[in-house]
Amino acid sequence: MHIPDGFLSTPVWLALDATGLPAIALLARRARRELEEARTPLLGVMGAFVFAAQMINFPVAAGTSAHLVGGALLAIALGPAAATVVMTAILTVQAFVFQDGGILALGANVFNMAIAGVLAAWLPYRLWGRGAHRRAAIFAAGALSVMVSALLAVSELVASRVPVSRAALAFLLVVFGISAVVEGAITVAVVRAIERLSPRVIRQGGTEPSWVLALCGAGAVLLAGAGGLVASTNPDGLQWLGGQLDILGRITNVFTAPLADYRARWLGSPWAAKAAAGSAGALLVGLICVALGRAAARPRSA
Amino acid sequence: MNARPLIEIRGLRYRYDDGTVALDGVDFQLFPGESVVLLGPNGSGKTTFAHHLNGLLRGEGFVSVCGLEVEQKNLAEIRRKVGLVFQDSDEQLFMPSVLEDVAFGPLNAGRTPEEATAIALAALDQTGMRYAAGRAPYHLSAGEKKRVAVAGVLAMKPEILVLDEPTTFLDPPAQRDLVKLLGGLGQSKILITHDAGLARALASRAVFFERGKIAAEGPVAEIVERFGWEAAPPAVTAAAQN
Amino acid sequence: MHHVVLERWSRGASFLHSRDARVKILVLLAYLVALATTPLTPAAGACYAALLGVAIVAARLPLAGLALRAAAVLPFAGTFALFSLLAGDGARAASLVAKSYLSAAAALALAGTTSMPKLVRALESLGVPRFLTLVIQFLYRYLFVISEQAQHMRLAALARGGGRLRFTHAAGAAATLFGRSYSRAEGIHGAMLARGFHGRMELLADARLGAADVLFLVAGVAAAVALRLMTGAAA
Repeated sequence: MHIPDGFLSTPVWLALDATGLPAIALLARRARRELEEARTPLLGVMGAFVFAAQMINFPVAAGTSAHLVGGALLAIALGPAAATVVMTAILTVQAFVFQDGGILALGANVFNMAIAGVLAAWLPYRLWGRGAHRRAAIFAAGALSVMVSALLAVSELVASRVPVSRAALAFLLVVFGISAVVEGAITVAVVRAIERLSPRVIRQGGTEPSWVLALCGAGAVLLAGAGGLVASTNPDGLQWLGGQLDILGRITNVFTAPLADYRARWLGSPWAAKAAAGSAGALLVGLICVALGRAAARPRSA
Repeated sequence: MNARPLIEIRGLRYRYDDGTVALDGVDFQLFPGESVVLLGPNGSGKTTFAHHLNGLLRGEGFVSVCGLEVEQKNLAEIRRKVGLVFQDSDEQLFMPSVLEDVAFGPLNAGRTPEEATAIALAALDQTGMRYAAGRAPYHLSAGEKKRVAVAGVLAMKPEILVLDEPTTFLDPPAQRDLVKLLGGLGQSKILITHDAGLARALASRAVFFERGKIAAEGPVAEIVERFGWEAAPPAVTAAAQN
Repeated sequence: MHHVVLERWSRGASFLHSRDARVKILVLLAYLVALATTPLTPAAGACYAALLGVAIVAARLPLAGLALRAAAVLPFAGTFALFSLLAGDGARAASLVAKSYLSAAAALALAGTTSMPKLVRALESLGVPRFLTLVIQFLYRYLFVISEQAQHMRLAALARGGGRLRFTHAAGAAATLFGRSYSRAEGIHGAMLARGFHGRMELLADARLGAADVLFLVAGVAAAVALRLMTGAAA
């Protein structure tokens, strides 16, 4: 879900540009140290592959077809750092050449799809990709990458006061759910086909050490909270959702209550407050990504 | 020939990761001014052999190029002396524009951007592709891409040209242009091709590869005849038309 | 295909085509920021559209063709405009459609007057890390080639299957394309090594900014600022 320009309110797009883009810069510099410029043709070609692969139609149901989105496949084939760089390259080309996604909104789209989406795909694969649950892990990778990016996009729109009624939200969630399932299925099929054809290319999945599991749990909670933070400026839609999903509701309240007070005291203008809240949320997620990335990257090199 | 060979290879063996033997004891020499054609079935090791000449692949045995043994410390210089034109021009022309691609070699050799640009333009002049300097490789025809690829290699001022199936995908006029261009270049050449006509036009000696070994060597016409290495010799043409 | 058309447009000649890509990007950003932060009334929208229209005509780009291509953004914008209308917020609906459309058209004006290699180099000059711009450069270089390959595979499969691909066949096609792309990347790497690549991409020099470039930068940003100030308070 590529957000065009003209949708996000200034605090939101500015905050995401200010956090997302430097995060990518940091990551790209890190990738350069680990992967070397010699790998840039491979990453570029893989990006071109994802574009081209989107022309291949997968029949889904009675006459409709879907296509591969690709974030999960990239994460599984190349690892999270490289996949994030490739996704960022794809999003940049999509924004400038195909007007798919805005230019000011690039920070938001990069955050949703290149950072969060890739992480959401890589984690299940890294945790359960080797062993009995490999297929489920790959399916989860595909499904989660789509679901997480879409949810983040919606919460950014809601935070920008784009009117999204309960009915609209329900509709969107159904659409996202279907896309997520489809992407999961396509990703599994394509990964397995690749393994039959070019066995050594796909990276090995992992099996989870318990501290990673604990960190993931904490990460998930913080992610939900960050999402709540961002959307807390326009709580209507999300509170309805939160009411339905108890956990999210409880966390949202935990975070918004103290922050509501602090907001008024620390930062005079509501504009700056929204921006700060948004940035804080994004930063939190960013820190989690960095921590998890560092931690899990140590066992194997690119 | 009493001159020292430009390329000297003794007992070259190479095995792929999965264990298949690609080269099984190859001896080879290339003398200054010579043009040699490598003939043989697909998979017989010709391209694998060619990739040993600039150190892209390293097997067992003795490989020496212009007096330098192919080892890590000599690679940079060897790659300047051996210009390899790949079969797939799209893999060879990887930069966004023609000029940047042809300038790639000189830039890597340490030239300044200004020097590299001048060298690149001269090489493009030599191959008749100056007009395409600002274009993206994607939009060129197969023949144009091949000439740009040759320019990119010439820009490094090599002593030896290695051309891997240069006329594949080229239509006859483009093939003729390429033959004229290559014929006019002074470097010693190694040519890989299935095209007997091309072999006769450009090479003086032929080497026939078979299953990773050199099965025979000799004048081009003799080897072509001996192995029946021509798609439509008169007898076959006559039979097909009846 | 869309990017083929843009390539053709970007090879044209006009004042805008000849301007430095860095300057064009900065002017575009100024325009987009001004547009994004404006509470869009119909009058304001008309002003932004007019300014962009003048630029497009001056660049000798096909106005109708560009206007049509910018409409690619409308399905997404339209959906949320619909949600807004249903929620009773007509002004928001119009704003979403107008702003996203004009932003897309402005981006098209940049892409239509700037070749991709120059655009990517400009991004690097403006601070985008080289590793990322190299990936973008290679992505774009092989975008056409691999898309064409995918197209051929699709057609070949359809010709044999006589209808639509089955799911597993589609997965196989994607996997084949992946494998070919991967070996192509290895081939490229070999070609880079063969011409002396030693770890760092050396690039040709950037052109220097000319007087016309500086003038355009100042005028473009000033126009965006003026438009913004005329149309009122911050969002």
